[in-house]
Amino acid sequence: MDSVTLIAVASIITAGITTGFGCMGPALGEGRAIASAMTSLAQQPDAASTITRTLFVGLAMIESTAIYTFVVSMILIFANPFWSHVTTNAGGG
Amino acid sequence: MHLSPDQLIYWQHGFIKINNTIVMTWVLMLVLVVGSWLITRRLVTNLQISRWQSMLEVVVTGINQQIKEVGLQQSEKYIGFIGTLFLFIAMAAFMSVLPDYEPPTGSLSTTAAMAICVFVAVPLFGIAEEGVKTYLAHYLQPSPFLLPFNIIEEFTRTLALAVRLFGNMMSGAMILAILLTITPLVFPVVMTVLGLLVGMVQAYIFSILAAVYIAAAIQAREHSNDKSKAETNKKPDH
Repeated sequence: MDSVTLIAVASIITAGITTGFGCMGPALGEGRAIASAMTSLAQQPDAASTITRTLFVGLAMIESTAIYTFVVSMILIFANPFWSHVTTNAGGG
Repeated sequence: MHLSPDQLIYWQHGFIKINNTIVMTWVLMLVLVVGSWLITRRLVTNLQISRWQSMLEVVVTGINQQIKEVGLQQSEKYIGFIGTLFLFIAMAAFMSVLPDYEPPTGSLSTTAAMAICVFVAVPLFGIAEEGVKTYLAHYLQPSPFLLPFNIIEEFTRTLALAVRLFGNMMSGAMILAILLTITPLVFPVVMTVLGLLVGMVQAYIFSILAAVYIAAAIQAREHSNDKSKAETNKKPDH
């Protein structure tokens, strides 16, 4: 395999693994957060606005880790620096 | 398929490029500025107010209340900054009901610019509220050993703000583009609705996080205010 194929294969597989594994942790975390928020909502419906606001901010914080992995895999697929380095070198010389 | 609206270039001269992000940002700014100018041109205090004024009042009082709930009691000082962020991001997401529109927040340049605004505004508000010395003393809390971590946190949360908004908006547009090639009939509409919801939530989160950071920067003073308020509130009861 030449380096272009190698980089393509590595990038695509890594992108899939990145998003796949990167979504697991945040999904579990968000599930736990929502479950406990539901419990608190059921116990204290009066505090609904505070709980909901904190829940949203917390969810955004947790979710951002999943977003980071997604961005990394998108960079690997669409804007791969190694890929463009190799292809421009091949095109130039 | 392209990663961001930056790659759609309308006009180019040397290194100056007019791309889709810039055009859409200016269109949004025009819509927001002209819209609010048109509405606030004829404000009335009668019982009978126009529908647009009613909508604007709901939006402004809503933002005010949210800022107050975060802990910034003098919300009118901060609504100019936080409200602008919220309205811009919400409008950017909301306009995606129009065809051929790509949210400018789907470009890392826009979100990075807004995150840098927050990064600059937080110390400014903090210093304006409690002076340079007290504000800088926050970095030594709870112990001077944590100084590097406090400084790193400033940068990482700015990065997180930018990448979070960018990733959410970009993923919405990206998933839509992929779905259009697979199931072009009904499913993209459902995903557009989900994208609208995500856009609103992200606008809320971006502005609330900015408010939380500002509130943390001016925390000490607010706390002492709360204490004195609580004491003054207690006195009439007894």
